[in-house]
Amino acid sequence: MRSAAPEGLTRRAVLAAGGSLVVAFSLRPHGVDAQEPGAQGPKSDAPKLPGSLDKTPMLDSWIRIDADGKITVLSGKAELGQGIKTALIQVAAEELVVRPERITLITADTQRTADEGYTAGSHSMQDSATAIRNAAAQVRAILLGIAAQKLGAAPETLKVDDGVVSGGGKSLRYGELVSGQDLHVKAAPNSPLRDPASHTVMGQDLQRIDIPAKVTGGVAYVQDLRLPGMVHGRIVRPPSPGAALTALDSAAAEKMPGVLKVVRDGRFIGVIAQREWQAITASKALARAARWQERETLPVQADLYKTVRSAPAKDIVLVDRGSAPEGQGKTVSAEYLRPYQLHASIGPSCAVAQLVDGNYTVWTHSQGVFPLRKAVAELLGQAQDKVRCIHVEGSGCYGHNAADDVAADAALLARALPGHPVRVQWMREDEHMWEPYGPPMVSAARATLDANGSIASWQYEVWSNTHNARPGKAGDLLAGQHLAQAFQPSPPQPGNQPDGLGDRNSIPLYTFPNEKVVYHFLPEMPLRVSALRSLGAYMNVFSLESFMDEMARAAGADPVAFRLKHLADNRARDVINLAAEQFGWSSFQRRAGRGRGFAFARYKNQAGYLALACEVEVRRDTGEVKLVRVVAAADSGEVVNPDGIRNQIEGGILQSSSWTLSEEVTFDQTRITSRDWGGYPILRFPQVPERIEVHIVPRPGQPFLGTGEVAQGPTPAMIANAVADATGARLRQLPLSRERVRKALEA
Amino acid sequence: MIVLNLNGRQQVVDADASTPLLYVLRDDLQLNGAKFGCGLGQCGACTVMVGGTAVLSCITPLSVVGTRPVKTVEGLGSADKPGVLQSAFIAEQAAQCGYCIAGMMMRAQALLEKNPNPSDADIRQHMSINLCRCGTHMRILRAVRRAADSIKSASTEHPNAQRGA
Amino acid sequence: MASYVVPIFLLLAVLAGCGALGGHGPMQEINPPAPTAFDRAQVRRGQVLASLGDCSSCHTTRNGPPYAGGVPVPTPFGTIYGTNITPEPQTGIGRWSEAAFRRALREGIARNGSHLYPAFPYDHFTHLTDDDIAALYAFVMTRDPVQAKPPPNRLMFPLQFRPLVAGWNMLYLHEGPVTQPSSQNAELSRGAYLVDALAHCGACHSPRNALGAEQKDAYLAGGEAEGWHATALNPKSPSPVPWTVEALTAYLQSGMVADHAITAGPMEDVVHNLSHADPADLRAMAEYIVSRMGPPDGERQAREAAARKKAAQDSLATVQPSSPAPPTDEEALALGGVVYANSCAECHDLGRQFSSDTALRLPLAIALHLPDPRNLIHIIRHGIQPPEGQPGRWMPPFEGSLTDQQLAALVVWLRRQGTDAPPWKDVLKTVKDTGDAP
Repeated sequence: MRSAAPEGLTRRAVLAAGGSLVVAFSLRPHGVDAQEPGAQGPKSDAPKLPGSLDKTPMLDSWIRIDADGKITVLSGKAELGQGIKTALIQVAAEELVVRPERITLITADTQRTADEGYTAGSHSMQDSATAIRNAAAQVRAILLGIAAQKLGAAPETLKVDDGVVSGGGKSLRYGELVSGQDLHVKAAPNSPLRDPASHTVMGQDLQRIDIPAKVTGGVAYVQDLRLPGMVHGRIVRPPSPGAALTALDSAAAEKMPGVLKVVRDGRFIGVIAQREWQAITASKALARAARWQERETLPVQADLYKTVRSAPAKDIVLVDRGSAPEGQGKTVSAEYLRPYQLHASIGPSCAVAQLVDGNYTVWTHSQGVFPLRKAVAELLGQAQDKVRCIHVEGSGCYGHNAADDVAADAALLARALPGHPVRVQWMREDEHMWEPYGPPMVSAARATLDANGSIASWQYEVWSNTHNARPGKAGDLLAGQHLAQAFQPSPPQPGNQPDGLGDRNSIPLYTFPNEKVVYHFLPEMPLRVSALRSLGAYMNVFSLESFMDEMARAAGADPVAFRLKHLADNRARDVINLAAEQFGWSSFQRRAGRGRGFAFARYKNQAGYLALACEVEVRRDTGEVKLVRVVAAADSGEVVNPDGIRNQIEGGILQSSSWTLSEEVTFDQTRITSRDWGGYPILRFPQVPERIEVHIVPRPGQPFLGTGEVAQGPTPAMIANAVADATGARLRQLPLSRERVRKALEA
Repeated sequence: MIVLNLNGRQQVVDADASTPLLYVLRDDLQLNGAKFGCGLGQCGACTVMVGGTAVLSCITPLSVVGTRPVKTVEGLGSADKPGVLQSAFIAEQAAQCGYCIAGMMMRAQALLEKNPNPSDADIRQHMSINLCRCGTHMRILRAVRRAADSIKSASTEHPNAQRGA
Repeated sequence: MASYVVPIFLLLAVLAGCGALGGHGPMQEINPPAPTAFDRAQVRRGQVLASLGDCSSCHTTRNGPPYAGGVPVPTPFGTIYGTNITPEPQTGIGRWSEAAFRRALREGIARNGSHLYPAFPYDHFTHLTDDDIAALYAFVMTRDPVQAKPPPNRLMFPLQFRPLVAGWNMLYLHEGPVTQPSSQNAELSRGAYLVDALAHCGACHSPRNALGAEQKDAYLAGGEAEGWHATALNPKSPSPVPWTVEALTAYLQSGMVADHAITAGPMEDVVHNLSHADPADLRAMAEYIVSRMGPPDGERQAREAAARKKAAQDSLATVQPSSPAPPTDEEALALGGVVYANSCAECHDLGRQFSSDTALRLPLAIALHLPDPRNLIHIIRHGIQPPEGQPGRWMPPFEGSLTDQQLAALVVWLRRQGTDAPPWKDVLKTVKDTGDAP
């Protein structure tokens, strides 16, 4: 493991600041500055508060301590299975100097927690953990101040251990120290953060707090909620996006056992029954009783990319530096293609909603309970304070799946049956047909080498729809679009750098003397699309990193050396070198049918760094590409839970390789045809590699860098590069299905 | 009224015989382990054991279960006293969202009860009907391997003798 | 083993002795040719021919390296393992000249002069043209060489003694071009060639005699493959809806055609390979096979009408069978009806409305109309899934979900409700006997 001195922060500097326990120094997280969305703060001349504190500055919005010492930490972020709950507890426990078991974490509840927007974009560590860390440190300082008074001892003589402050031969517990409004104070811009060298909780592989319940049948998911009087709902959706309901004779369904109500409003059809199986059976009967007028509203699948390229576009120039010198060295150009892809959560989306005395409560696994509340309130024609959205974990969502839509469905059914909690569970086909998809994208790269074999000029264009259709508005909810008085969806937006949407990671981290990057934003969408883990970065990094390899080959250079040649960022160079070294890049022996591939990206050019090296085996006769082994090197800034990082990266590699090797939504001109796992296969155990290693570069004292999405982009490139290395065939169309690989090798 | 032999106890259930076992377990018996993933027998999230074999409970109606013993993850142990497989999954931190894990464990349990000494290839092949979308496969394989190894080293005890089921 | 087999083996031994006088010596070893020595177009043709010939089904293990052998091929005489036909010099055929390769395909003799067992269907490949053999040679010699020795064959005594095969060849190996159909239709001729010389459909779809040879007078009358019944492809075709050329072509290409079937069992691999072939060739094969089935006679037409009528009903359960049930089946039928209602009807009656298309309406399913229920039992037990990573329809496996008793009852009920054919006998026994088969 390498160690690197954190920038600007040395032990000497920390100690030099003063001998007291309360050390004041600024820890403005790098990269989280004014233009970073997610930490939108009130614009003022006052210094910005760290992370989400800027928007929610009162300390007791984040940390509460009861008289009996119970510590509650509140976060506006949600557990999506990425381990954030555990990480936040670790951060709070470290700064409060208590054992993690003493902390109860409350997440994402419109009535109780801060509004931290969406749990998305790998912002949670940068926004919420930063806020909680700083708040906890400041709370600790307050408690020490109170203790100093009560114990009659100087603050620097006090000792803190597991929620107990001692000094002058006496001790007081946190619960005895705090009372009334002690913590109802505004946060300061600076916090006395504990020295990373003294950490005992942060940086440790603390076991995830949610796993024991999940392996022993405990209540863990919104799907497990069982409330008194709860009934079950199912929605009957149209058979195709353009279908109109022409007739529905619901009489038979209404008489079926257990059926309490059939709801119909425009194209929105729902049924509520006492028992779940009754609801399912009734919904099938309703579906059979419905008559639809269908229309061809979808493109011809074989012409999808032609359609994308020729759709009306808003051209956004992101970079335009220098010119494109012609007539110098070799020029290479390439086009890359990416289809509609699914989130395909294992657990289809689910929500429970209840209307009691004019107030709605919605239990939801939405990534953004505050924006959802706004949209649901609008849908119901209610004021926002009549709707409470509480986050309960669902299965992995990987971005904007149907969680918000089912919450809206549940709210509408709850309205039809006041008093009862109504649980709505989407079926598998519902999820595959109606979740917002990852949009199809086309990219075109062109570059010229100079006489030294370096890239002299670089041009990159990408065509994409928006990647964000999150509510917001009632019209962004599927039910909202299907009601008789349909709501209109928010107009699609192109997004903004540096986060970006379709243009996320379209700007390479490499340094080129001449560079032009253009983002063709396509507002028109025949199918609803939204955020799928890493958004545009999956396709853009696939394109950039495949193309870097193509350029390296054109230059006759080693792919790793070629990247380093163009890279100034030292942390980027560190992960690249580490991955190559751990993989054994320079001593690799190529066996028949096998090849190696490399890829690198810094997510959003701002978040976590990841370099990947892999070995694949390509079976020419079947076109099967098998990942043999993968080596990853990551830099996430200061590490809170190393195992959490490893888990996210392993998982990201496997998920992204599933997208890359077999996934594309299929459709004819009327309907979606990939409606279940048979029609949309994903990775299964026999396809999993023998080995994945993740090496983490430790950066104590550095700002947290989001890591949940770092693997999505480099993975398809490393695979395509390895296939090219093994076979000489360069594949540029995702997925690298067996059929495509076979055909490419035949040629 | 139908009587189920569930995790070693007789359980009376008042559900229509056509109800898939999955909904009986979840809704009538309030058990959280087996999950709804597809209802089509394609993803394995609903996997439980019936009569000693791993079975997709979403396509198994109550009417065919009969007196055959049904085993779910709740029968392998509890949060306070986790069984061998559960301990292995916790030790390997073999979960991300965790939604597929109960099904994975029952699939693995069925394998280990029939073949306490499976090869890595055996485990992969046996688990292949169970899907994981988060990409936790490596850890799941390691957890099953770990459980198999600990059963082997714990001597000749059969895995389901651990809890006296 | 039947008592007449021993005398027949003795006869074969005598014949083998006569045959041995004819002599097959070893052929000269060559240095493995460089892959670049072969014309790429010829290699491509060989690849297509290998797909049609379904070489990988016997020469590539599941997930194993292509053509490296090791596939167990069950026969009534024991298990034979497919050999390594990669161009590896030690364990493969890297040292085989094209002449040696041709002799293997035409005469069933290995390079070293020993006999190959006719589990390798050289009795079909013997009809291949020189050009096609040359293309196949170019194909195998340009595969990745793999060092792999297949497990030793496990054959009953005295069949380990390879020279006995000489006798078998004398009786059953008919060299020369295929027997052409009488009509001058070029497509039919091509189809006959592809079916008989290359795709060797008869190897599974014809019955075999006690010595394991195809019964030439019962060509394509139905046979066996790895515990599955391979349907008759002659006028006794059991498909309730008679095959048309269009339907059969679609089936060979994709493994699925509405109102007929979806491939299952050993045919899955065959169709997977056929999907890489030229559609024109598949059509020719379909033409030939349909011609061998002949135009549907009155009985087949009536069967089709009856099947379509049953399939048009909302539920298989509402079909009224024409004759009373045998009393011994009554209990099974009652149980089977319940099993169907709760486990099958949801997909097979009215279809899961919006899943990846609806399931086959069972009165049209060939598996219900076969002479025995094994195929149906396999399908219910294991379901039908597309190859890994590829989209397709999905029938889940019911093994474990249904007990043997329930499965047998369901099978009895399906036969009665879905067909007018006589009930199968000893269904429960068949269910139990096929218990551990894949």
